[in-house]
Amino acid sequence: MATTEIGYAAGVRVGLAVGVPTFVMGVTFGAMAHSLGWGTLAPVACSLLVFSGSAQFALATSLAGGGGVALAVGAAAMVNARFLPMGVAVASDLKGGRLRRAFEGQAVVDASWAAAHQGNGRYDREKLISATLVQAPLWIGGTLVGALTAPSDEIIHRFALDMVFPAFFLLLLIDEMRESVQARWVAAFAAALAATLTLVVPVGLAIVGSGAAALLGLRAGPGAPR
Amino acid sequence: MSTLWIAILLVALVSFAIKAAGPALVGGRRLPPRAAGVIALLAPALLAGLVLTDFAGPGWTKADWTVAAGLSVAGISYLLRAPMLVCVALAALATALLRLL
Repeated sequence: MATTEIGYAAGVRVGLAVGVPTFVMGVTFGAMAHSLGWGTLAPVACSLLVFSGSAQFALATSLAGGGGVALAVGAAAMVNARFLPMGVAVASDLKGGRLRRAFEGQAVVDASWAAAHQGNGRYDREKLISATLVQAPLWIGGTLVGALTAPSDEIIHRFALDMVFPAFFLLLLIDEMRESVQARWVAAFAAALAATLTLVVPVGLAIVGSGAAALLGLRAGPGAPR
Repeated sequence: MSTLWIAILLVALVSFAIKAAGPALVGGRRLPPRAAGVIALLAPALLAGLVLTDFAGPGWTKADWTVAAGLSVAGISYLLRAPMLVCVALAALATALLRLL
C-alpha cells in the first residue's frame, strides 16, 4: 500500500483494496457465530457494535468454550488491547476536543491504522477515517451474508477462506518491514515472542506481549527510525 | 436479556473505551522522541504478533503446513510487486490446491 498517498481519496482506495478480505472475513464470522447458535441478528449487531474482527472471533470462541461472560469479555478485551497503543499513536493527529477525538479514535482498525501510518509515528487522519468508513458496511454486510447462508466449516476449509486474514496481515507487515532495518528486527523479535507466548498464555495476551518488541525503539535517538 | 447479548454489549463498551482512551487522554500533545520511536515500531511488532498467533493458534494447535505454504506465496508475490488483492487470492488458491492433494 503506497503510504505516500494521502487524504480521503487515498483512504477510500485502501478501504476498497481491503474490502474483499474484509467482506470474506465478515462472512466467516457470520457463519461461525450462526453455527454456534447466535441466530442472525446477534452476529450482525456484534459486527456493528464491536466492529473488530479479532475481538469478535475471540468472544465467540471463548463463549463457545463455556467459560462464561466474564472470561469471554476479558479475552476480547485482551485481543483489543492493541488498540490502546495504536490509539495513543494516532492521538496527536486527530482533531477537536476530548469527546470528538474519542469518537475519531473509533476509526482505528488494523488495516486503516497500518495504511494511515506515514512513518516516524505520524498518521494521516483523513485516510484513516475514510478507509474505515468504506470497510464498515462490507464488514457488517459480510456478517449478514455469512449468518444467512451459513457455509460449513468444511467449505471454509476447502476454499481456504481461513487464509484471507493471515495473508492480508502479512502483506501489511511486509509494508512496515520495508520502512527500516529496525522495523525488520522488531518484527522478527515480535514473531519470536508471540511464538513462545502462545504456548503458555491465551492468544490475546500473546499478541499484546509481542508488542513489547517495539521497546527496541528506545535504543534509537530522535528520528532514527525510517 | 440473554448472556449472549450482555457479552456483546460489554465487549462493545470495552472496545469503545480502549479506542477512545488514547485520543481522549493523550490528545494533541506531541510525545517525547523516545516514546514516539517506540510507537512507530508498534505497527511491525503487533502485525507480526497477529500473523504468528493466527497461524499457530492457542498452544500451536492450529499450525497447518498448507497455511504456511499459502503465506509464503502471499509474501513472495508481494515482494515481486504483485497487487495486494492478487497476493491474497494467490495465497488462498495455493492453500486450497494443496488441501485437494
